[in-house]
Amino acid sequence: MDKNFAARRRRDLLIAAVLAVLAALAPLFVKDVYVQNILILTLMYAALSQSWNILSGYCGQISLGHALYFGIGAYATELLFTKFGVLPWFGMLSGGVIAAVIAMALGYPFFRLRGHYFVIATIVIAEIGLLLFQNWDWAGAALGITIPVRSDSWLKFQFMRSKLPYFYFALALCCLAWFVTWWLEDSKWGFWWRAVKDNPDAAESLGVVVFNSKMGAAAVSAFLVAVGGGFYAQYLAYIDPESVMGFQFSLLMALPAVLGGIGTLWGPVLGAAILIPMTELTRSYIGGSGRGVDLIVYGTLIVLISLALPQGLVSLFSRAKARNQVKGAT
Amino acid sequence: MGLLYGLIAVGLALIFGLMDVVNFAHGEFLMIAMYATFFLFAFFAIDPLLSAPLVAAALFIFGAVVYLLIVRFAMRAKANAGMVQIFSTFGLAIVMRGLAQFFFTPDYRSIPQSWLGGKTVSIAGIFLPEPQLIGALVSIAAFAGLYFFINRTDFGRALEATREDPGAVALVGIDKNRVFALGWGLGAALVGLAGAIMAVFFYIYPDVGASFALIAYVTVALGGFGSVFGAFAGGILVGLVEAVTALVLPPSLKSVGIYAVYLLVVFIRPRGLFGSM
Repeated sequence: MDKNFAARRRRDLLIAAVLAVLAALAPLFVKDVYVQNILILTLMYAALSQSWNILSGYCGQISLGHALYFGIGAYATELLFTKFGVLPWFGMLSGGVIAAVIAMALGYPFFRLRGHYFVIATIVIAEIGLLLFQNWDWAGAALGITIPVRSDSWLKFQFMRSKLPYFYFALALCCLAWFVTWWLEDSKWGFWWRAVKDNPDAAESLGVVVFNSKMGAAAVSAFLVAVGGGFYAQYLAYIDPESVMGFQFSLLMALPAVLGGIGTLWGPVLGAAILIPMTELTRSYIGGSGRGVDLIVYGTLIVLISLALPQGLVSLFSRAKARNQVKGAT
Repeated sequence: MGLLYGLIAVGLALIFGLMDVVNFAHGEFLMIAMYATFFLFAFFAIDPLLSAPLVAAALFIFGAVVYLLIVRFAMRAKANAGMVQIFSTFGLAIVMRGLAQFFFTPDYRSIPQSWLGGKTVSIAGIFLPEPQLIGALVSIAAFAGLYFFINRTDFGRALEATREDPGAVALVGIDKNRVFALGWGLGAALVGLAGAIMAVFFYIYPDVGASFALIAYVTVALGGFGSVFGAFAGGILVGLVEAVTALVLPPSLKSVGIYAVYLLVVFIRPRGLFGSM
C-alpha cells in the first residue's frame, strides 16, 4: 500500500511535468488571440480552484467566500501600483500575505462554526468586503481602478503586444498551486486535513490539532488565490469591486473542483480544463443573444454533473481502474 | 419588512429543518413568485392580494416537483453529500435565472428600472396605501397557520416524525418521499406568498432573488437552522437591524449591518439564536 502510494505520487509528478511542458509548447500552435485568452483563463481558474480545494476539498471547510481573497489580491496589487508605484510583482506577494493574514484572522472565529453556518459566514464576509470596497472612495469606490498601461515590461508585468507572458505566468501559477497541493497531500498537514474533514471530533481526540491545521489550510489557500487576483487585475488592466470580488468568483473557483473531484489532486485541473472553455464558448456562441441561454445550458450541466457524479469526473478514472484490477485478479 | 424577511426565510427553515438541505435556489423561487404575481396582474388584472393564494398554490406544485426531480437524487449521494446539495440547487438557481432572462426580459442589462418598475408602483396605488402593513399581517397569519399546521395536523406530525427518523416512519407506512415532497411544496408555497406580497413594492427582474436570498439565509441561520420560530424572530431582528443601519450608514451599506449582526450572533452562539441540535 505504502509502496503503491509512493509510486502513485511519483507518477502524478511525472504526468504533471509532461502536461506542463506540453502546455508551455501550446502557444507555438495556438496563434489565435481568442483561443489564447481561453487558455489563460483556464489555467488561472485551474490554479484558483486548486487553491480553493486545499481548504474546502482537503480540509472540508466549504468556503463560498474566496472571492474576498481574490479581490484583496487584485486591490492590493493595483492600489500599491497606482498609488505608490510599487511593482506588481511585490503587489501580488503582499496581496497574498495580506489575504493569508485576513484568512487567519477570520479563521479564528469562523472555524468554530460548522456546516451551513460556516458556508453562510464565508458568503457574508465576502459580501461585506464587496460592499466596503464599493463605498471606499480612495480605492475608486464602485468605479474601480484603471491601470495605466504604457509599455511592455516584465518589470511592471504588463504587456500589450502579446498575451504570451500572461499565459506563461498563469501556467506557472497553475503549476505552483498544483505542486503545493501535491506536496501538502503527503505532509503531516495533508493527513490532518483529511482527518479533520472526515470526523473533526475523532481527529481532535487522536491529537490532531484541528484548529491549527484549518488555519494552515486557510492561509495557503488565501495566499494563492490572492496572487491569482493580482494576476487577473494586471491582465484586465481594470478592476472594480463587482468584477473582482463578486460572488460569481467564489462559485467559479469552486465549480472546477466540484466538477473534477473535490479533495483530489487532479480534480480542479480536469474540471477547469472542461468547464472554463465550455463557459467561454457557450457565452460567446449562444450567450450572444443576451437572453440567458448560456446560463440555462450551464446550470443544467451543473445540476446533472453534481447529481450523476458526486465525486467528480476523477472518480470515473478510479472506477475504471478498480474494474481493471478486479478483472486482473480473477 | 422584517416580517416579510421572516416569511421568506421560514420556507427555507422548514426545508432545512425537515431534511438538512439548504435550498440555494430559494431566491429564485421568490423571483418566479414575483413574476407570477406580476403576470396575473398584467394579463388578468388580478390584484396581488387575491393572486397570492394562487401563486402560493403554484409554487407548492413547483417545490414538490423540484424535490422529486432534483433534491430526491441529491439526498441519495453518499460522498460529498453537502456539496452535491449545494451545487445541484445552485445549478437550478442558475437555470431559473437563465429561463427568466429568456422569457421575461430579452436584454439582460436593462433590467433594474425597466417597464416593470413603473407598473409595480401603479399596482401599489390601486392596491393599498400601506402594502407593507398588509404584508406584515399576511406574514403573521402565515406563521400562525404554519405553527398550527405543524403542531396540530396529522401531516404536520408526519413531517416531524420523518425528520426525526426517516427509517422508522417507513415501518409505520409513511412514504418518506411523499412527506418530503409535500414539505418542499409547503416551503415553496410560503416563499410564493412572500413573493406575491413583495411584487407590489419591489422591482422585478431575473436577478431579484439573489439580493433577498442571502438575507434569507442569514435570517434562518440567525434564528437557528431548523427552527420555525427562529426564522420568525430572525426576520424581525433583521428588519430592525436594517432600519437602524439605514439611519446610521449610507443606504448602499445598509446590508452590512445585517451581516455584521449575523456574524456577531453566530460567534456567540454558533447554532443561532433558537437553534437546537
